[in-house]
Amino acid sequence: MDTTNSNIPAIAATDVDVASTWSQRVRLRGVNWTVQRGEYWVVGGPHGAGKTDLLMTVAGLNRPAAGSVRIFGREIVNAAEKEFLEQRARIGFVFKGGGRMFTDLTVAENVALAICYHRNCSLEDASAEVASILEMTGLSSRASETAQTLGSDWLPRVGLARALALKPEVLFLDEPGAGLAARHREWWLNFLAQLSAGAPQAGGRKMTLIAATNDFALWSGRGQLYGLIKDKQWQVVGEAAEFPQIE
Amino acid sequence: MSKTLSEEGFTERWTRGVVYRGSSNYLGKKLIRLLEDLRGLSALLVITLAVSLRKLHTARAVIHPMIRRQLTRAGLDLLPMMGFLAFALGLVVIGQTTLILNRYGAQNYLGIVMVTVVVRELGPMLAALLVLARVGTANVVELGTARALGEVEALEALGIDPIHYLVVPRVIGMALAIFALTVYLIVFALLSGYLFAFLEGVPLLPGDYFRQLANTLIWQDFVLLALKTLAFGILISVVTCYQGLAQRLRIEEVSRATTSAVGKCVIGMVLLDAIFIIIYMLI
Repeated sequence: MDTTNSNIPAIAATDVDVASTWSQRVRLRGVNWTVQRGEYWVVGGPHGAGKTDLLMTVAGLNRPAAGSVRIFGREIVNAAEKEFLEQRARIGFVFKGGGRMFTDLTVAENVALAICYHRNCSLEDASAEVASILEMTGLSSRASETAQTLGSDWLPRVGLARALALKPEVLFLDEPGAGLAARHREWWLNFLAQLSAGAPQAGGRKMTLIAATNDFALWSGRGQLYGLIKDKQWQVVGEAAEFPQIE
Repeated sequence: MSKTLSEEGFTERWTRGVVYRGSSNYLGKKLIRLLEDLRGLSALLVITLAVSLRKLHTARAVIHPMIRRQLTRAGLDLLPMMGFLAFALGLVVIGQTTLILNRYGAQNYLGIVMVTVVVRELGPMLAALLVLARVGTANVVELGTARALGEVEALEALGIDPIHYLVVPRVIGMALAIFALTVYLIVFALLSGYLFAFLEGVPLLPGDYFRQLANTLIWQDFVLLALKTLAFGILISVVTCYQGLAQRLRIEEVSRATTSAVGKCVIGMVLLDAIFIIIYMLI
């Protein structure tokens, strides 16, 4: 199957039961969700609703308890390793909180890791590309810092820069901007808008974005499409959403 | 009025089967846990070996420096401590053995005793215990913390195989490091042992001492020494990686996983040692 065909949705989840990463307990049942290329989704739900588990499942990081998840038309969970890695490189994932920065590596090494691993090149060989990503995410002056010295407002950006290293087509973001100072939160919202519109520094291609939040109001007018997890059910709210305030 | 459980005596509880059931439940749970651990460890070992071979040429620019870092950590950095232990081993064990053998006129058996005690037994065991204490425990803490902080999922999100990135360098690095440390330890211990004997005035010329050692050593000793130290290294690295990575630990569970790993490694090393003793007896 030609997975580069633009008619094939980026993500297609059919009757998916989402299991918890920790306990394997089913958190959400019967999720049906299609994400077309270039769309900008905002997924809302209160704390503990299962947003992270949903995102990790449709991103192919968690095995669904039931149902089918197709990424660019391919079942990724049972795919052969070569195909799995090819599809994986098309997806970026920014974890919530500190972005899960690798604590024994510097900021630059965190960003270079995936590039060096997949291209079998040294840190020096990847330095130009890494510098470009660090500049794009405002981390140039912090390239040699580690997680211990980096401020908490900057840690999630390392997760973002690392996710952008392989030039993904789809970017999942788990509560980006949450718990950050207003200045940083605004930077995140503006940067994601640029990525969605096709930022020149990210190659000019419209990136498919899926961001989870527990505060829809913050994202009012930012995304194109909205989904909601309420009472353990996944609902597609659609485009013209009356943003429900999540308790 | 019926007695409460705390008022009931041991015999009564035994008769009612409470003690028996309690003990059998306890033993059963322990046995099931042991079998699960054995299955998990075997699976990790097989997967690690398969990944090592299948990805021999994958991401060498990233993996090879990590293997070198593990070799430095588990080998080079431990040389001073190992030198101290070898010196102590030489003085305490070898020196005294030489003195006793000399007292009974049995200097001719020195080579056999040295090869059996130092080369076949104490050398590999001591080097492995040193690596377990200094690097194996750190392995569990590092990997357990990385797992608890979700770094393993972060690797998977980047398309990086966590076994290839986290486990393979540790297994190769620790196995080679224990082999190298054992060789140094044996050489240092034999030299310091002779030094002690010399200072005590034992009438044994260096030429005679080393001739006895050379005459006792057989080529199988070198092969089995390599196999044994590599086996110890693989055992320690796989067990410590398993304890750190197998389950997603909470931060507070990392210390328990570390002590559990040390216990399992020591038991595993003794069992491996027993297997090698049988092999030595057969040759």
